[in-house]
Amino acid sequence: MSLMNNLSTSMISSSSSAFLAPTSFNASRTRSVSVPLKSLNIVKCVSTPQEQQTAYKTKVSRNANIAKLQAGYLFPEVARRRAAHLLKYPNAQVISLGIGDTTEPIPDVITSAMAKKSHALSTLEGYSGYGAEQGEKAVRAALASTFYGNLGIEEDDIFVSDGAKCDISRLQVVFGSNVTMAVQDPSYPAYVDSSVIMGQTGQFQKDVEKYANIEYMRCTPENGFFPDLSTVARTDIIFFCSPNNPTGAAATREQLTQLVQFAKDNGSIIVYDSAYALYMSDENPRSIFEIPGAKEVAIETASFSKYAGFTGVRLGWTVVPKQLLFSDGFPVAKDFNRIVCTCFNGASNISQAGGLACLSPEGLQAMQEVIGFYKENTKIIVETFNSLGFKVYGGQNAPYVWVHFPGRNSWDVFSEILEKTHIVTTPGSGFGPGGEGFIRVSAFGHRENVLEACRRFKQLYN
Amino acid sequence: MYKLSACSSMPCGISLPPKIVLGSLRVHKQGNGRCTNVPRNVNLEKLQNNYLFPEISKRELQHMEKYPNAKVISLGIGDTTEPIPEQISLSMANYAHALSTAEGYRGYGAEQGNQALRKAIAETFYKGVAIKDTEVFVSDGSQCDISRLQLLLGSKVTIAVQDPSFPAGDFQDKTGRYQNIEYMQLGPQNNFFPDLTITPRTDIIFFCSPNNPTGHAATRKQLQQLVEFARDNGSIIIFDSAYATYISDDSPKSIFEIPGAKEVAIEISSFSKFAGFTGVRLGWTVVPEELLFSGGFPVIHDFNRIVCTCFNGASNIAQAGGLACLSPEGFQAIRAVIDYYKENARILVDTFASLGLEVYGGVNAPYVWVHFPGSKSWNVFAEILEKTHIITVPGSGFGPGGAEYIRISAFGRREHIIEASWRLEKLFSKGKSPLLTV
Repeated sequence: MSLMNNLSTSMISSSSSAFLAPTSFNASRTRSVSVPLKSLNIVKCVSTPQEQQTAYKTKVSRNANIAKLQAGYLFPEVARRRAAHLLKYPNAQVISLGIGDTTEPIPDVITSAMAKKSHALSTLEGYSGYGAEQGEKAVRAALASTFYGNLGIEEDDIFVSDGAKCDISRLQVVFGSNVTMAVQDPSYPAYVDSSVIMGQTGQFQKDVEKYANIEYMRCTPENGFFPDLSTVARTDIIFFCSPNNPTGAAATREQLTQLVQFAKDNGSIIVYDSAYALYMSDENPRSIFEIPGAKEVAIETASFSKYAGFTGVRLGWTVVPKQLLFSDGFPVAKDFNRIVCTCFNGASNISQAGGLACLSPEGLQAMQEVIGFYKENTKIIVETFNSLGFKVYGGQNAPYVWVHFPGRNSWDVFSEILEKTHIVTTPGSGFGPGGEGFIRVSAFGHRENVLEACRRFKQLYN
Repeated sequence: MYKLSACSSMPCGISLPPKIVLGSLRVHKQGNGRCTNVPRNVNLEKLQNNYLFPEISKRELQHMEKYPNAKVISLGIGDTTEPIPEQISLSMANYAHALSTAEGYRGYGAEQGNQALRKAIAETFYKGVAIKDTEVFVSDGSQCDISRLQLLLGSKVTIAVQDPSFPAGDFQDKTGRYQNIEYMQLGPQNNFFPDLTITPRTDIIFFCSPNNPTGHAATRKQLQQLVEFARDNGSIIIFDSAYATYISDDSPKSIFEIPGAKEVAIEISSFSKFAGFTGVRLGWTVVPEELLFSGGFPVIHDFNRIVCTCFNGASNIAQAGGLACLSPEGFQAIRAVIDYYKENARILVDTFASLGLEVYGGVNAPYVWVHFPGSKSWNVFAEILEKTHIITVPGSGFGPGGAEYIRISAFGRREHIIEASWRLEKLFSKGKSPLLTV
């Protein structure tokens, strides 16, 4: 039935590791690889299913906010094109530098802790049921002392989660539909998409590729990827990611001081995404709370995904300082706590055991090594594109390389690279109109794949 | 040894506030120029504090201060107590170890869940009702799924809930709209199934069966009525089948056993009470392809979009555990744990029945629902706590329909259940308690 077939095209997940052998959870997968064809469910590439004329329909209206979304979430779209490419070239050795998915094994000290917790759950003494929705005390305490030691952020300001993407949506639920938001342009798509779903925005305006009622803060090479705040309208919420996905730009202390002042002047709340803080090579702030006064204007969200390879394990955290108040004086943390208690039931206790191990001295060192590995990948990619004469940005403080293709449509460049080199990247326009003309190359990958990819880039662009 | 409920959080949407926050948050009054200009979300503003479990916790603490040597038994919180069967935790441990190897490392999984697990869920729980693996969305549990369903449906929908039921409080919390919720009365008088002839139309009907707290599992006939009602009204049923594996009789285990349900229902379920995964976090939602919005747009498409945008998949280790649960050996081991809790429930039911009390549930769910006609449930709760050092849950916490009832949960170590039964017998045997009207 064509409707159902069309549906399957939208069912592709954003993950490249989505296809596991049906009989074995731990089936090994081939490297840099082709996906078994029979698990692909693609027929036609259409963006919306057609309506059924004769089938029974309920009388429940579709949520108009979701209807505003233009297409699937960015990364499933990239995955769809990748899958279609594999159909066309079944023997191609596709290399994924698209979705920012970690590839290197998790250090032993961390997985052992998770295995230990798993075993303990089979014992009377070690079994635990529901945990606190805010996270285990030990984890919260370790996060506070590891990342916010001298910044006056306390254990109970920290909420452990199953990741930043989920936290962003929970924050949107806290804020509700009657707030305005600003995002960097380009930015991680979850900020805009969650805002649309929450009902904070108007319709998508095709001519400018923006949703009405969102303030897009353009970040370009010309302004050093920091918005000119004098041209930014006041909004209630400001999403700011540094080091930045996708541009790789890291805001300086001076810039963040400006941002905090801007938020203070406007009575706004900054949602600061610090998921890549440990990739920082330069001496920039790693936490917004390094800026005086930030506790009264900012929330910070962070993740173990890119530090510990926890992209599948799922663990992150959000800091909501006690000093952050709504306009009537009510603490934002109280409402966030309420949402956490009603819309969530805590991160997996096994993941949290892993998190605690991450924050041990041995775990921190092990994470630094893995981060160092990806940073070396980034360096190789940056050098490659530099040597080819491209204007290259990022790569210094984040595992992303932001390559400029002036005057070109980024989906076209994406397609060309995919077609000619079998490398998956991410088109810059997927991150907002400010990303048009750019390609994001992510630096996660096995070293040999990164090296091979760079060889192919050199071949294509020489 | 005896479980204290003060430190753990609640299942089913009713939660203890963290101990820490209660003490340490001081509201900074406006006037010192330190507030933002961001208005508080009016829906959250409308919420009353959920007094049920904080209040229970408070009373428990007070009780322990009064009787420091008392051995308090908690039959309040519905939290699993028995260890997870070894082969399941072993599979999770192995998966964790494998993440340290090149071959075994996995990054992002599909937001909809691991394909093998989706398939196993479809084959295990929806055998014979033709639910496909692509219609199964693996999650980190029902509380989160309900939230995502609300994001899906938006704030303009009207909702009906059973009264009593856990979402009676939960939906108030989530929507903050006490007015827009239709409460469908349940009681012995209507065989714990709402009189649909007097139930107004709502867009969404939330229905939990087997039911928390009453323990009633709707019959096939009742569910047929429900599906027909939904069909007639163009409503969507959100069917919570978290306790399906506790069913002892031939009550339907899934709404999809009812013909026509695929066009009117979403089903949510969980590994929490099934496998003791309350802390591990794993559940699923089934959205049939046939379920359409009024304009003909498939609900599954929008749910998928929500899942891809607002979620990043359940933990892969938890999912490995889930898959082990659904292997023949794993399922058998889990059955033994479920049977353990069911035996607890039977003991509790027998205890109350032998005392001449009206007792419901306990047969198809791990909850026993005891009626104290003419009483106030908080008073009964207090009497039981004071005289037997047992924590229960006053029925009014589940909605006005629970006002004269107490919920006793059957999760717990056998020896505690037996001890609790003995204490309850002593309290309620003729002449000893003012609560008994007989």
